[in-house]
Amino acid sequence: MDQENDGRGIKEISQPNKEVNTGRRDVLKALASIPVLGAFFYGLAKKKTWDAERRKSLLEELGLEGELDTGRVRASLKKPGELLRIGIIGNGGRGEHLVRAMGFAHQGFFEIRGSKSQRAGRQRGIQGFLNQEDLNVLLTGVCDVFDVRAERGLAASLNDRRPGGGAGNLKGAKRFRSYQDMLDSKDIDAVIIATPDHWHAQMAIDAVNAGKHVYLEKCMTRTEEEVYALTDAVKKSGMVFQLGHQNPQQETFWRAKQIVDKNILGKITLVETTTNRNSPNGAWVYSIHKDASPQTIDWEQFQGPAPHRVPFSLERFFRWRCWYDYGTGLSGDLFSHEFDAVNQILGMGIPKTVVSSGGVYFFKDGRDVPDLFQAVCEYPDRDLTLVYSATLANSRGRGRVFMGHDASMEVGSGLTVNADYDSTRFEEKIKAGIIDTSLPLFSYRPGSKGIDTITSATEKYFATKGLMYTYQGGRQVDLSHLHVKEWIDCIRTGEKPSCDIDRGFEEAITCHMVTKSYLEGRRMEWDPVQKRIV
Amino acid sequence: MREDSLTRSERAKKYSVFQTFTLVFLRMLIGWHFLYEGIAKLLNPYWTSAGYLSESKWLFSGVFTAITDNPSLLKIVDFLNIWGQIAIGLALITGLLTSWACIAGILLLLIYYVCNPPFVGYSYSVPSEGSYLVVNKILIEMAALGILLAFPTGKIMGLDRIILKKRKKAGQ
Repeated sequence: MDQENDGRGIKEISQPNKEVNTGRRDVLKALASIPVLGAFFYGLAKKKTWDAERRKSLLEELGLEGELDTGRVRASLKKPGELLRIGIIGNGGRGEHLVRAMGFAHQGFFEIRGSKSQRAGRQRGIQGFLNQEDLNVLLTGVCDVFDVRAERGLAASLNDRRPGGGAGNLKGAKRFRSYQDMLDSKDIDAVIIATPDHWHAQMAIDAVNAGKHVYLEKCMTRTEEEVYALTDAVKKSGMVFQLGHQNPQQETFWRAKQIVDKNILGKITLVETTTNRNSPNGAWVYSIHKDASPQTIDWEQFQGPAPHRVPFSLERFFRWRCWYDYGTGLSGDLFSHEFDAVNQILGMGIPKTVVSSGGVYFFKDGRDVPDLFQAVCEYPDRDLTLVYSATLANSRGRGRVFMGHDASMEVGSGLTVNADYDSTRFEEKIKAGIIDTSLPLFSYRPGSKGIDTITSATEKYFATKGLMYTYQGGRQVDLSHLHVKEWIDCIRTGEKPSCDIDRGFEEAITCHMVTKSYLEGRRMEWDPVQKRIV
Repeated sequence: MREDSLTRSERAKKYSVFQTFTLVFLRMLIGWHFLYEGIAKLLNPYWTSAGYLSESKWLFSGVFTAITDNPSLLKIVDFLNIWGQIAIGLALITGLLTSWACIAGILLLLIYYVCNPPFVGYSYSVPSEGSYLVVNKILIEMAALGILLAFPTGKIMGLDRIILKKRKKAGQ
């Protein structure tokens, strides 16, 4: 109707008025949604204030105001410093991993095979490796008693598919037939020792005496006596020593320590920690290489300081962790990691007494180390007990739990803290409904963060968990790389690495108390004055 | 061209008041949801799509997990995700370039859907708040945006009306 009029008759006079009218109506209709925007931002502001207040009151209650927000500041060098030349002693599975952690991979590492998830995992591993920081080191020496492994090490040293490239600059490593030859070499500044445990002490002592820095795999030594000798040698030499417990490089452990230091858990009286494996590989039944033979393996050198000398055995060579002649079984291999993790968080040191028990229940393959194993470590001065329980015949995750009067904390690759229902400290907050004991008070999941996708359900899910801290970027970094990097950084700066000889001493002594208690069938005690296990 | 746009708006004028109201209301709701999802991510300094992407299942999981392995690419994806959601949300609420916002929203939701589809046999570490079999809320929101695309309202209630008038005027 309007338009009909519009086009004719009194056009000259009425047109401007009409324009104004329709224009105003158009504007009103065009802007009709503005109040919705207003309501949105009002709601947003209100929510922000509410969240901030709730968070603040909880943080104040926990004594954590703003402190956990920053990531761990590690000793890190701006400049890579001068080139370091590193030798590997023992280039087996673990040795190859450590060599990769410093930036050298065998071409075989880049082969993608297996199931879809295995392929995806390897793909991620390769990407992670290539994204690793270039540490400005060279692999200049390889020592292994098995020819195949030595050759693999030499090939890795020449492979320029690596972080930082280096095409043309890689001259490759030299193979040393014995570790003493390597220690005599002027082309080696530092060594990584990843041999079986029975060689650890002697090699590490000789290395620091030869003026080489040492990265030594756990367990630090095979026997108690070796712990004292190695500790003396490292301290006298002043060389940088790092023990291979890479797990505490996780952000999670650092956060867990902060939580304990802030006394959020209340008085901690019990720590439970476990090993849960259920596969031949997990039980150290590693595959035997097809080219392994008395011709390709220097058996005499392998046996070295082992207490019992036996005829050539492929089982013993590849599955050495199953015999006390070469290692200490679950205590040195896996309890050592658990102890170190707990020690890093609680700093409780060597226990006063230890009782352990176990047996060979499942893998009756001729091994003499138990496949089921429990140890109880007592700290009467701290009113604390550390319980370790291990099975190689069931993989149900039993976690690592710190139990305090006010809260429990489970620490794995992630971390959760749940308030205790009968907590004294949180009593009022629990009554008031501010703290729900069925939900974590505090939760941290590395690699997976915040709210996802458009469905707000997940946001709600995480929000109900209370507080959440994560690191940015969602990037997976190999923990061994961080641990090796820390060692290399410390060599350049002269600082102390996080897993130095003092920490190693505590761990090794504790492991040997655990081992001895099992072997001798009695309670072991630590004499802090004589500094001896009695 | 002028004919086309006229018939479109003519068509739109045939909505009853009730139809117009429900369509505009739906547009506001979806716009609000997108806008808040974007802003919530923007305000959370720890947010990244890495967790969601790394859980990806089905045909395209390789593409999504590859993104998480590349920190700079992940940054770009996070940025586009946050600001895409905010832009789509604002556009839907204000009725500006409504059809484009619908198309962009459908594409974004489609990506979310194929990244972690609720198919038989797939489970995810982040539990969903409801029970879904093939159809989930992402898919429904996508379909709702399809309706908004098929029955546009930006030119009835929204800034698109001003654009339309300007264009008409320019045409005259």
